[in-house]
Amino acid sequence: MTSPNRPRSFQDIILRLQNYWAAQGCAVLQPYDMEVGAGTFHPATTLRALGGRSWAAAYVQPSRRPTDGRYGENPNRLQHYYQYQVIIKPSPANLQDLYLGSLRAIGLDPLVHDVRFVEDDWESPTLGAWGLGWEVWCDGMEVSQFTYFQQVGGHDCRPVSGELTYGLERLAMYVLGVEHVMDMPFNDPDAPIPLTYGDVFRQTEREYSRWNFDVADTDTLFQHFKDAEAECARILAADPVDAAGRTIPMAHPAYDQAIKASHIFNLLDARGVISVTERQAYIGRVRALAKACADLFVTTEAAQA
Amino acid sequence: MPDLLIELFSEEIPARMQARAREDLRKLVTDGLVEAGLTYASAGAFSTPRRLTLAVEGLTAHSPTTREERKGPRLDAPEAALEGFLRSAGLTRDQLTARDDKKGQVWFATVEKPGRPASEIVAEVLDAAIRNFPWPKSMRWGAGSLRWVRPLHSIICLLSDEAGATVVPLTVEGIAAGNSTRGHRFLSPDAFTVSGFDDYAAKLRRAHVILDSAEREETIRQGAENLAFARGWQIVPDDALLAEVAGLVEWPVPLMGVIEERFLDLPPEVLQTSMKEHQKFFSARNPRTGRIEGFVTVANIETPDDGATILAGNQRVLAARLSDAAFFWQNDLREAKAGMQAWAEGLKSVTFHNKLGSQADRIERIAALAREIAPLVGADADQAERAAKLAKLDLRSAMVGEFPELQGTMGRYYALAAGEDEAVADAARDHYSPLGPSDAVPTTPVSVAVALADKIDTLTGFWAIDEKPTGSKDPFALRRAALGVIRLILGSDVRMRLETTSKLPLIRNLAAAVKESMLDQFAQTLNTTRNASRDSNLTEAEQKLLLSLFDAHTFGENFDPEATAENIAVGLDSKAADLLSFLHDRLKVYLRDQGIRHDIIDAVLAQPGNDDLVLVVNRATALNAMLQTDDGRNLTQGLKRAGNILAQAEEKDGVEYSFGADVKFAETDEERALFAALDTAEPAIRAAIKAEDFPAAMTAIAGLRAPTDAFFEAVQVNTDNQIVRRNRLNLLHRIRAAGQQIADFTKVEG
Repeated sequence: MTSPNRPRSFQDIILRLQNYWAAQGCAVLQPYDMEVGAGTFHPATTLRALGGRSWAAAYVQPSRRPTDGRYGENPNRLQHYYQYQVIIKPSPANLQDLYLGSLRAIGLDPLVHDVRFVEDDWESPTLGAWGLGWEVWCDGMEVSQFTYFQQVGGHDCRPVSGELTYGLERLAMYVLGVEHVMDMPFNDPDAPIPLTYGDVFRQTEREYSRWNFDVADTDTLFQHFKDAEAECARILAADPVDAAGRTIPMAHPAYDQAIKASHIFNLLDARGVISVTERQAYIGRVRALAKACADLFVTTEAAQA
Repeated sequence: MPDLLIELFSEEIPARMQARAREDLRKLVTDGLVEAGLTYASAGAFSTPRRLTLAVEGLTAHSPTTREERKGPRLDAPEAALEGFLRSAGLTRDQLTARDDKKGQVWFATVEKPGRPASEIVAEVLDAAIRNFPWPKSMRWGAGSLRWVRPLHSIICLLSDEAGATVVPLTVEGIAAGNSTRGHRFLSPDAFTVSGFDDYAAKLRRAHVILDSAEREETIRQGAENLAFARGWQIVPDDALLAEVAGLVEWPVPLMGVIEERFLDLPPEVLQTSMKEHQKFFSARNPRTGRIEGFVTVANIETPDDGATILAGNQRVLAARLSDAAFFWQNDLREAKAGMQAWAEGLKSVTFHNKLGSQADRIERIAALAREIAPLVGADADQAERAAKLAKLDLRSAMVGEFPELQGTMGRYYALAAGEDEAVADAARDHYSPLGPSDAVPTTPVSVAVALADKIDTLTGFWAIDEKPTGSKDPFALRRAALGVIRLILGSDVRMRLETTSKLPLIRNLAAAVKESMLDQFAQTLNTTRNASRDSNLTEAEQKLLLSLFDAHTFGENFDPEATAENIAVGLDSKAADLLSFLHDRLKVYLRDQGIRHDIIDAVLAQPGNDDLVLVVNRATALNAMLQTDDGRNLTQGLKRAGNILAQAEEKDGVEYSFGADVKFAETDEERALFAALDTAEPAIRAAIKAEDFPAAMTAIAGLRAPTDAFFEAVQVNTDNQIVRRNRLNLLHRIRAAGQQIADFTKVEG
């Protein structure tokens, strides 16, 4: 089934998605420069889903899930991977068609494959967010998450944002017909220096798996968690009027601390030092931060229609 | 008579919600139409992943004109009153007629409400139905505020008759009703118009949409069976999966695949569950090997390559899933063969309930109780304890982590791998049973012991911390656990005094609750309540257990084990009694379904030994049988009559007539006959009750019917002769007492 339209590498698929969504009018943003568990945490999604202002963005987000580390050995699991994220507010009436267009752009023709929208309601307890939608199946494999945001940070979304999340490695492995993620061509296999995903990430997966599971200092992490929590609260409590008399509430700097706390919690979880009961409490603490940030953001300029 | 066609076309509706949504749409719309005065011949609702459809046939074109007579003011009432009436009724004076009424001449008006065209009513009813649709979960989208299960795109609302079809004018949040829809998302994406239901269904079929979910189910079922038949295989029937898959496709195309050889050694339950849960595949069994060797996936599309790409993709996904499952299975087996110590250890960190400790704590309690129950069910105590300790270890296995519904099933495999006895392994699988009223009840002794211990520990645990079911709220499924206890006991004729049996587990659970509670705070409370809690009445065994469960070292200096034990002892009896009465309530529900009235059970529950459910049910069954006979019913009347006369006399005289009836004071033959009958019946009843031969006891007491009837016929109890009267009252007492040996007949109705 080789055709000139088929992508040949991981980066080819990313570039095609970038071009496709740029052509649909999305602002193609860059990854957020902090450790996050999913593309949703990028303030371009979490915070911009709030308030009345229209918004359309697409970006790649490197994501970290320390507990999913497998030392680079598992064909599908990684502690560091990429998500492709599209967020459009208000969700356009033809969002499903736009999405299907993106599948065609990366070589998945819905007339040859079996593309299905299967109920999957999305919820992020750490962000106090939920929405309804589907996981999109292609030939029985989940290739994307498709969500209409209903609430973020405890606030009703009005208007509603449509969010698309593609798990890039899994999607690319399927499109490229690769069995093990580390064998996937990262750049063009005919390039002068062809690189596989493994060439780029096998070593880092090993190193981070070890650090995440065995080495990360838990006392330090617990302290970092407390620090981030305290700093977040301090930023939120600060007088919105600065010394020069300018009104500058600081929703984004506060939200950075919430993201930080969330990632530290994930690291602690991977170290196995958080019990089942404590887990809920920690998630609740992060959610409280995210909610407070959302409360502040909706009062700012960027949230106004 | 026009027909009505409604289609609500949306993005993909969750499969599990479709059946209910069809019914809700039919009911909301037809109820609304009828309420507005229209009638219809029939209505049918349909769904596909992208549409909800309702077809109503033979709708009346108008609602009927209604006339209502309204009474106005009297003719001599002030002008203002008349004007007010005219305004409110929307009438003029020439439409009124004067008629005689009780109080003189009064104005009457006939208000006529003209009928309304069906289209007007349909528009209102559909608008309300859409806005108030009871989706389990609904959402907003875009900038709108309408809620639907997923974004709603178009509406067909069409009335059609011989003269043609007209769109009902209706706009819901910017979506104007029309007469067009779309077919299959990929195969026939273009819009087309329809002129009525038949045209709609036919055009949909041409556009690769089978409207009726029942037809889609049949297509899938037959397609899958044909594919399996061609290989000599059989599809494992699964109606729930069939309904779900039919809700995921508009144009079902079953495709058959083969499971790779390297996965065929996985337990069939694992293959089936993995394929069903993750991929929504049907399993195909090879009857020659008895193994599940193939699958059927249902695509939503016909492709130029006859599904080859789709099948290859599904096969690939399945291989990845089954590789995970095989990995779990191999790892789990290794752990099982090593004795599952790591799993037992792991359960210490899994909370069962924050007031009742960890799963490991719970397993300890269940094991101790299983050991206590074992002799009552004919199980070996060591085996029962062993089985209880192993039964839940699979909760820590990777496989059950992935597929929680395989708990128990995997436990059996792992116990066998660990070299345990069949009986112990079976208990791991069966001890969760029975889960529902129709679920099979375990009957092998070790399984019964562990299953009973599991459920009694659950019940006593939540009773210990006062988390009982209230109204419709039963978050810990305690009613189900109670029914399980009842069915297990009755299923194996387990002679168990539940009130006694529940004391030790209650103590263990109360102790767990104490351990889990805030220790300092508790110690303080203890010191203050210490003096108040002296008068407990525990058996020696109960006291010993209680004290052994506490260790001053664990609880710090302020902890006083004796005081704690006493504190727990207080209220123990009332908790046990309360739990028993909960079980009795469930027993009543259970027996009512078996055709035994609640009053019969009440009459029996008043007898001693009512915490032995086998005894209770045997009594109730025998009493029920007796009450089906003439003798039984009449005897009940006689017993009640005797009881009433006695009660009145005892209240009047302020004494109890309970002793000393003597045949020598008998004046009539009927009295003497009753004495004789009682002399025969009493020892017979006593012996029968002692032997727990309730039918014999019933026969014996039924023999009292004729002499009792004859006695009341011929004898006046309250005569002037006090000696004779007293003697007769004492005789009545003998009748009452005979009855009381069997049941409290005052509770029997009728």
